[in-house]
Formats: sequence, structure tokens, C-alpha cells
Amino acid sequence: MAYSEKVIDHYQNPKNVGTLDKSQKNVGTGLVGAPECGDVMRLQIQVDEETGVITDAKFKTFGCGSAIASSSLATEWLKGKSVDEALTIDNMDIVEELNLPPVKIHCSVLAEDAIKSAINDYRIKNGMEKIRFEESVVH
Amino acid sequence: MLKLPVYLDNNATTPMDPRVLETMIPYFTEHFGNAASRNHPFGWEAEEAVDYAREQVAKLIGADPKEIIFTSGATEGDNLGLKGVYEMYASKGNHIITATTEHKAVLDTCKHIEKLGGEVTYLEVNREGLIDLQELEAAIKPTTILVAIMYANNEIGTIQPIKEISAIAKKHGALFFTDATQAVGKIPVNVNKDGIDLMAFSAHKMYGPKGVGALYVRRKNPRVKVTAQMDGGGHERAMRSGTLNVPGIVGFGKACELCMLDMEKDTQRISKLRDKLETELLKLEEAYVNGSREHRLPHVSNISFKYVEGEGLMMGFNKNIAVSSGSACTSASLEPSYVLKALGLGDDLAHSSLRFGLGRFTTDEQIDYTIEQVSNTVLRLREMSPLWEMYKEGIDLNKIEWAAH
Repeated sequence: MAYSEKVIDHYQNPKNVGTLDKSQKNVGTGLVGAPECGDVMRLQIQVDEETGVITDAKFKTFGCGSAIASSSLATEWLKGKSVDEALTIDNMDIVEELNLPPVKIHCSVLAEDAIKSAINDYRIKNGMEKIRFEESVVH
Repeated sequence: MLKLPVYLDNNATTPMDPRVLETMIPYFTEHFGNAASRNHPFGWEAEEAVDYAREQVAKLIGADPKEIIFTSGATEGDNLGLKGVYEMYASKGNHIITATTEHKAVLDTCKHIEKLGGEVTYLEVNREGLIDLQELEAAIKPTTILVAIMYANNEIGTIQPIKEISAIAKKHGALFFTDATQAVGKIPVNVNKDGIDLMAFSAHKMYGPKGVGALYVRRKNPRVKVTAQMDGGGHERAMRSGTLNVPGIVGFGKACELCMLDMEKDTQRISKLRDKLETELLKLEEAYVNGSREHRLPHVSNISFKYVEGEGLMMGFNKNIAVSSGSACTSASLEPSYVLKALGLGDDLAHSSLRFGLGRFTTDEQIDYTIEQVSNTVLRLREMSPLWEMYKEGIDLNKIEWAAH
């Protein structure tokens, strides 16, 4: 199976690889997936507490090229969005942008889960209620 | 000079040796006859060529030419050997013993036999991929007609104690079948010394053409018979009907002859390269060899690079280096290699594995290049692996509650 050019580009030049200080109140961390399943994503957002805008996003991913590309793309999209806007990122947008084949859709689902998980972590840290999301279907 | 791309997936298939191709060509055009045409020179020529190839194949495994049944490959050989014995010896019993690390062509055939009413015992293997001889003996019943254990494993290269296994089968009056696809042509295999009653193997794993293989069926002590699985003209002593693939068989014969001629020299050179590759890659932290290092094919190395995922790893160099991975991120099930899991490896290590299969045409420069590329990619991916970061921070990954999905 050949990878799309966009996947290859993100894999070779991943954007925003790194770690934010998770002890900071304005940093939300999402860790999803499992080593046994062959992919683990950690996605972090740093939020401007005044404006609610995501000023920085970082990721680290254990997984195939599509998983790495999905998380790299997610961090790019997160930066500059408000936390509420970030919630609208849908896994199918990632599928479309990266041209992921059906067997790789779970990578985009994982990225969406990581975003939601990071946002919830941020919300809980800042005294807001955890948002209950519907269970992901594709897994 | 470095020749790219580097092909290190010789367990999947091997390139054909140009010397093999050369011998095959005339049999497509000039000598195109049907080996079963008994009444004209076209048929005679083809028959003669097949007979010669049969001798070449038999010689490599220490068999009599009459014991070679040409097939389309090892999958067919596995099917014919297992189903053929199951049907032929139905009056003696219905029990077969095999192992969990067999090739799918054996495992799925066994499952089919179970549906037909057969009983199959699947022996587990130890950390090295070896079956336990005592367990084997304990599994034998009065109804056991066949023990089917592969010669060497395709994913990890582990070589089973064939002589001991066949002795146990013989002692209890069961036949011994082995899928020797990865072993024949690579290491000395002798059906008599090894006590093999039936053996499937294939040309394309030993620098011959695809689409041709053989099933060895013993003719003496004991005389073994299999029920044909295809009906037709009664070719191959009525065990395998179908017009013979003459050019393929001629190539198969030549490939066997070359393997016999070059085995010692090839093995020496290839195992040295394999050892160099392995030694260098094991210098990376948290890299482990899977399977037995002692009882192993000389050209295979299966290594897990902890905290990086195999498919992601391959993507770092797969434009220039072809290997395979025990990870199965592409399959819908997301299940990693069942062979690696059978060794007792966690799914995480199975997902992190690469299989290197060297071959006759692998060069020193290619191995140096592979060492460099693989090492660099492992290091690069670990820098972006959350698991690596946790490991480095001293976090026990087993204690984390992963959101299983």
C-alpha cells in the first residue's frame, strides 16, 4: 500500500514534535491508544487563559506513518483555534486531508480522541466539567 | 559500490538466479511440449527435461526421484500432504499434531481438516520458538496418524529438532510431515537422515521461479501414499493431476543444483553478513532478537526495537530497503504476528519487530547501508515516541491504564 504524499511529508518532517510541561495549569494532555494495539498518541495543548485560544500544541506518537501524520496534522490545526473550535475537528477531515485509506481511518480516530482527551484534561484542571463524548465507532 | 534498493525480504521470495532463467527459456518456446505426450519428440523432450529436474530436486534432499511430486508451490504441497494423508489414512485414525507457529498454509489446512471431523493438537512453542519434545510425545494418541512440524520458521528462522521429532512420530507409528519451504536450499536437508515421510517446499524461496514446488512422498520404509486433491489425468503417480509446468520445473531443478553447489559458500558469506547486521543493530538500546539464535537459519534475523512501531519504522527507509514487519497495522484486525505472540512476546514487542532476510545477492555495502538507515530511523522515531520518553523517565508502561481500543 502506497502512502499519500501528504502522509510522507508529515512523516519525514513532522510538525510540533515535543513535550509541554503537563504540570502547568494551562496545558492539557491527552494520551490515547495502547502499545498492544500498535499506536499510542500523546497530544498536548497550551491555552491562553485570557482568550481561550490554543497558543501551542505538541505531539509524540508511537505508531505507523499514518498515525504520525494524523497527529502532526492535528497539532497544526489546533494552533490558533479556541478550545471550543478545536472540538469541531472531525476525524474525517483528517482522513480527507491526508488521503488515508480505509485501513488507516483508525489513525484519524485516534487523533480526534487525543484532541478531545487533551481538551478534557485542560477543562478539568481549570475547574470545568468534563465533556462526555460518544464512544468512537471505528476501532 | 552500493546497489539500491536493498532487498532483505528473502523469506518472502528470492530473486531468480540468472543461471536458472537461462535454463528455463528454451522450454517456453523451442521445447514447449507436454511432458505427458508420449508419441512424439516434443513430448519426449519435455519428459526428459522433467526427469532430469526431478533428479536435481531429489538429489538436494537425498531422495529418490520417484519420490518427488511436482506441485504449484508449498501451499499446494502443504494441502496435498495434510489432506492427502488425512483421507488416505482415515481407517487408521483422525488425529494430527502440529504447532502454533506453523505457516498459515498448514494451520488453515488443519482447521479445514477439523471441520471434516479430524482432531488437531496445536503444540505451543517456547520463547525460542521450539516445540517441547516431551509435550509432543505426550500428545500422541492411538489415533494419531500424522505429526506436522515445520523445518524452519519463516518469521524468526528457528529450526526445529527435526530428527528427534521424526523419531518420536516413527516410534508411535505416525507419519512425519514437514513444511521445509524456508530450509531446503539454505541448510542441509536430508529426508533419510532426518526421518521425513512427507515434505513440502517451493522453488521461489531458493532462487527458482514462482509457481512451482514439490511434495516429497516417501516410497520405502514406510511406503506413503496421499489421496489426490485434484481429479484429472493422473499425473505424478496419480497424486497430482495437471499438465506439468515444464519450464518451471526445469528452473526448479537448476535452482536445486545451484543451491547444492553453492550452499556452503553462500551460507558462510551470508551468515557473516547477518551476524554483522545483528551485532550492529543490537548496539541500539532496547533492541532484542526474536527466536532462537542458536537453532536458526543462517540468513534470518528478527529484531524488536522497543518503543517504535514496525510499520512506522519501515516507512523511514522502505524506498531503499525492503524488509518486513511483525506489526500488522495495515490489517483490519490490527493483530500483530501470531508467531511472535506464540513466543510469549507482548503485543507491543511484536508490533516493534522487523524481519531481515538476507540472500545470495546481498552485498556487504548493502548491509552497511541498512545498519545506518535502520539505526538512524529508530533513533529518530524514538525521539517522537511517547513510550520512549516514558521509558526514559522510568515510568513502568505496564502500570499505565491504556485506553484500549
